[in-house]
Amino acid sequence: MDMNQYLSMFIDESNDHLQSLNESMMGLEANPEDLSIVQVIFRSAHTLKGMAATMGFEDLASLTHQMENVLDLVRNNKLRMQDFIFDTLFQSIDALESMVEDITGGGAGKADVTAIVSSLQAIVRGEVPSAGNASAEVTAAASGNASAAQVFLDEFQYSVLEQSLQEGHQVLYVDVAIRKDCQLKAVRAYMVFDLLERSGEVVKSFPSVQDIEQEKFDYGFSLYYITQKDASEIQKMILNLSEIEAVTAVALDQESLRQMGQDTAAATAEAPAPAPVQEAAPVAAGNASPAASLHPKEENGKAAPARAGGAPSPSRTIRVDIERLDVLMNLFSELLIDRVRLEQLASEVQNGDLTETVEHMGRVSGDLQNIVMKLRMVPVDTVFNRFPRMIRDLAKSLDKKVDLIITGADTELDRTVIDEIGDPLVHLLRNAVDHGIESIADRIAAGKPETGTVQLRAFHSGNHVFIEIEEDGKGIYPKNVLASAVKKGVITQEQASTMTDDEAYQLLFAPGFSTAEVISDVSGRGVGLDVVKSKISSLGGNVTIYSTPGKGTNFSVQLPLTLSIIAAMLVRLGSEKYAIPLSSIVETGIVKQSQIRTIHGNRMLEFRGSHIPLVSLSKIFSIPDYDESTEEETEIVVVRKGERLVALAVQDFIGQNEIVIKNLGKYLPEVQGISGATILGDGQVALIIDPNAFIK
Amino acid sequence: MAEDIKVIVFKLGTEEYGIEVEKVQTIERMMPITRVPKTYSFIKGVINLRGVVIPVIDLRGRFGIEEAEHTDQTRIIIVNVNEMEVGFIVDSANDVIDLNRDIIDVPPDVVGGIKAKYLDGVAKIGDDRLLIMLNLSEVLNKSEIVQLESLEG
Repeated sequence: MDMNQYLSMFIDESNDHLQSLNESMMGLEANPEDLSIVQVIFRSAHTLKGMAATMGFEDLASLTHQMENVLDLVRNNKLRMQDFIFDTLFQSIDALESMVEDITGGGAGKADVTAIVSSLQAIVRGEVPSAGNASAEVTAAASGNASAAQVFLDEFQYSVLEQSLQEGHQVLYVDVAIRKDCQLKAVRAYMVFDLLERSGEVVKSFPSVQDIEQEKFDYGFSLYYITQKDASEIQKMILNLSEIEAVTAVALDQESLRQMGQDTAAATAEAPAPAPVQEAAPVAAGNASPAASLHPKEENGKAAPARAGGAPSPSRTIRVDIERLDVLMNLFSELLIDRVRLEQLASEVQNGDLTETVEHMGRVSGDLQNIVMKLRMVPVDTVFNRFPRMIRDLAKSLDKKVDLIITGADTELDRTVIDEIGDPLVHLLRNAVDHGIESIADRIAAGKPETGTVQLRAFHSGNHVFIEIEEDGKGIYPKNVLASAVKKGVITQEQASTMTDDEAYQLLFAPGFSTAEVISDVSGRGVGLDVVKSKISSLGGNVTIYSTPGKGTNFSVQLPLTLSIIAAMLVRLGSEKYAIPLSSIVETGIVKQSQIRTIHGNRMLEFRGSHIPLVSLSKIFSIPDYDESTEEETEIVVVRKGERLVALAVQDFIGQNEIVIKNLGKYLPEVQGISGATILGDGQVALIIDPNAFIK
Repeated sequence: MAEDIKVIVFKLGTEEYGIEVEKVQTIERMMPITRVPKTYSFIKGVINLRGVVIPVIDLRGRFGIEEAEHTDQTRIIIVNVNEMEVGFIVDSANDVIDLNRDIIDVPPDVVGGIKAKYLDGVAKIGDDRLLIMLNLSEVLNKSEIVQLESLEG
């Protein structure tokens, strides 16, 4: 079977499950007694294991298998969660993440996880370090239940089996008897399991795998098994092992499985007492009467209400390949272009019916544009979801107590923005925990609760989305910032004396401010904040700081809703047309030749009390039929990058337009001063100017 | 026996060239080209091919042959090589032929002023027709262009 076509699906779903694992683990850590969360974790781990095994990623499958063993003990109340187990499970999730990443990158998902696996196995054996009482409890609990061989197929296992059947796999009920004179029956059993795991998956065995491993079973065991092979084949395979007395493998169908599921559910509901293995024998299943299986769902529901509660409700969404959305976007932008062209033609032709039709088409395509844009909207949650884990680890390593409160995770942004925003946010959050939140001792000394709070908020406002990171840490003292900026040579002493607090905060984003030396001197702000700022500006956004010394700091990031359609000013330079993103334009104007001065060989312009460079686009782009230096008056567009301004000389303003951004193709990935292209109403391509390129 | 391949035939000056048909996306008539500043002189700019922006190369310029005026025979051949979509401006393109791989010979060092490494081989068709098969990945190889530019500069 060609697995490649399933690979992307596998990766997507694995990432979903890893995310859910991470979230649930965090939830469990906050609420260690809640076994329904353990169920959710177990389910994710189990599905992951099944998928990995099907796809042939053995390392992934075996690690999840070990995790499952631990979780199985926990959910059956044989093991209590504690720090060591949490850490080990988190490590396992990290290892799984890196494996999946490897697979995403085309690797085989191999990783050396022996250390984690041996920790997990130690936990299963009850050897939990630094928790003497707990481990004693575990072994006691485990041995207490050990002799009770339970026929117990929980709702989840049942649904796994049912699903496997639907997907065309074989579901077998296998009964294995080992010869009475067998010396090491656990080893023999292990060999059977090992053999079976090679060509399928054991869903459930009675007694449990742990008990079998500890030789806590009589000379026989039974199991539910999913495979592609036939029952007789499996039977033959197992019989080939020595010291096996007898094997019966019975293929189950929907009907008999349902019957068994019902039996087991009913058994657990009515008589929690351990039922002997034989009662769930395939014979009973074979006799399943249609009447008895009429209401299996209700029966199951009653038997396991807690589990049902933990299951995530199926969402009514479908996955769409991003490339398809891009194609849709391309097609749509063509439509947009045609619409503009039609509008032009209609106004020339002056036909009432035509104008009306074109206007109607305009409205429809406007609605369509909204929908296409909405399709590309992704909740910021997809970025935020990794933060709780990150903050947890960071706080732990810094020996601080931090609560991360996320609000507005359902706020939506265009995929193009989502893809880019993760790194800057990681930076700001790390900053908040590392430098904003004080140590526990300092917080107590300052009369604050020992647990610091970091708020991560996202919300819509007008055509923008705001993401705010606010903590209740020590805040930033403007005078410290100024002092270190002066020391660092970013500003002079004179400048410092006239600066407002807001201006002082802005210095944190100044390049050259954030060096290790400065960080230790001041409140520790500024680790690469200039990088954060420039990244956000490149997205057409902005970041501002508000801080109350002693009370905390708020970083507010303003982002555009989308990057693929922007408002731009179209300008003409000779016969060529260019688009300048409106977000970076400060204003437009006209200057006289006499207003242009030359300072150190650079042409400068006085603009609102300061001198800004005047950049000749016609020279930089070698425009063949335009040169502003011959004109008496020149139109200029003043653009901004951060705090710096530059005037670009152009010939004419054409007007403001919504444009669809296209890249220049793979052959021309980067052209200096050009950030992309767009197609105008007449079908002509206009290049989009990247104002940042002119501001050094 | 090697298999037959289908080849699009186009002309630059008097020479005839061939590109395997599966690498050719479409052949277009000349259309408005938007100049892209600050790039190689043989990159004429970008075109709007049904909503997709595609860079266009003057193949004469790429091979260092003197550029010619565009006529109504001039065509833009859109190729797709290594996931790159590029248009080639050629003097004319009007033939598709079947070619047996066997008749493609190793190219001589220089053919019509073009370096041998741009060529996959030369096929002799009939008595007096020579078809020069292009090695598109080399033609589109930019690392070599950078070298060339720096030598010129």
